[in-house]
Amino acid sequence: MRRKVTVFIIIVVCYLLQTTLFQALSFASITPNLMIIVVSAFGFMRGKTEGLYIGFVVGIILDIFSGNTLGINALLYMYIGYFNGYFRKMFYPEDIKLPMLLIAGSDISCNLLIYFFFFLFRNRFDFHYYFLNIILPELVYTMLITIFLYVVILKINQHLEVIEKRSASKFG
Amino acid sequence: MKRKSKFVLPPKYILMILTGICIATILVSFTFNISGGPLHTAAGYVFIPMQEGINTVGTWITEKADGFKNLNEVMAENEALQKQVDELTVELNTMNLEQYELQNLRELLELDQKYPSYEKVAANVIGKDSSNWFSNFTINKGTNDGIEVDMNVIAGSGLVGIVTEVGPNYATVTSIINDTAKVSGMVTTTSDNLIVNGSLQSMSENMVIEFSNLNDSDNEVQVGDPIVTSYISDKYQQGILIGYISSMEMDANNLTKSGTITPAVDFEHIEEVLVILDKKQKAENE
Repeated sequence: MRRKVTVFIIIVVCYLLQTTLFQALSFASITPNLMIIVVSAFGFMRGKTEGLYIGFVVGIILDIFSGNTLGINALLYMYIGYFNGYFRKMFYPEDIKLPMLLIAGSDISCNLLIYFFFFLFRNRFDFHYYFLNIILPELVYTMLITIFLYVVILKINQHLEVIEKRSASKFG
Repeated sequence: MKRKSKFVLPPKYILMILTGICIATILVSFTFNISGGPLHTAAGYVFIPMQEGINTVGTWITEKADGFKNLNEVMAENEALQKQVDELTVELNTMNLEQYELQNLRELLELDQKYPSYEKVAANVIGKDSSNWFSNFTINKGTNDGIEVDMNVIAGSGLVGIVTEVGPNYATVTSIINDTAKVSGMVTTTSDNLIVNGSLQSMSENMVIEFSNLNDSDNEVQVGDPIVTSYISDKYQQGILIGYISSMEMDANNLTKSGTITPAVDFEHIEEVLVILDKKQKAENE
């Protein structure tokens, strides 16, 4: 329960920051994708099940406020959380290279899929342009934010795990 | 109470089930054009108050920061504006003449009020779309203030977009520069119809949106002509300014023209918008 509430608060805070503060801090109208950091980070820190649930919740929130069809973002983010869960066994808290790589990969694949489904199907063939002007800048900016946000999420997760272990040993 | 605790569903089955749910909701919202009502209500009460709070703080800080705006910048702007005033004065004079002519013609036609004054409600922009692909934004008024889906949204004198989703205390507006947006427009000078398409690419490159299907066989439409929403559209009220033609060329078919429009609204800095509470469909039914 404690974990669920904490994770939900993290999602809410990141969503609010992304739609308000980072819109004001955008470079050339590009904003970082905080939601992908959250989904991806919890995916490889906590495994497939939690990754897909968190991805689903994040996606639903994005769907509700984006004005698009309900369910598309939920599907997208759910799969991102799920596939990040495959890397749980390779994940060590001390190592920042793998998380950075995974978050970068998640951001790129998320944007490629959005391009594919929402733009390519409407005859926007200039992939080169979209890659250089949307996908790449967002990736760079997201990576920059990851350095800070990932550490925060990692610390919160470690704290939660300590509490869970303590209460588990108390009852066990 | 904890009956399920022994049995844990493997993640791939959860994934399959949720995938099914997602696809079902996608299909439902595609076919019936509805999207989860109670979800919107719940989400509205969680996110909207906080977004509003952050924005209040943000606006306050921006105002303070703007106070220190460089004097040179202001002077340069003044010069540019002065130039614009001159241009506009010339334009206004021509307009006055045309207005006079229009007045006479209207009297003849007994159309004393062509554009009824719409009932509007003011709203603040409290959040923008989370992705970099779309130009939707959230405003802080919803069904509680009488806003419904398909109501037109304007800022200043120009068209901003249309309400696509609404909750009790918020509404999502899809702007006309959104890549998927299409508006039926009309050149005011010649009454020729055209289609205005939002475009992410041309918007971020040159701050313009595209138009197409302009049928101008007499070559009367000029660069700089104002584009307004046309009478054909079933969602947009007639006669709202969209922007001005900034470039134009003949299509390969040699029949229609396409080009770009500079929007009348500064989409980078929208803070306040007006929602027109009269819907076109309803107005026609009455």
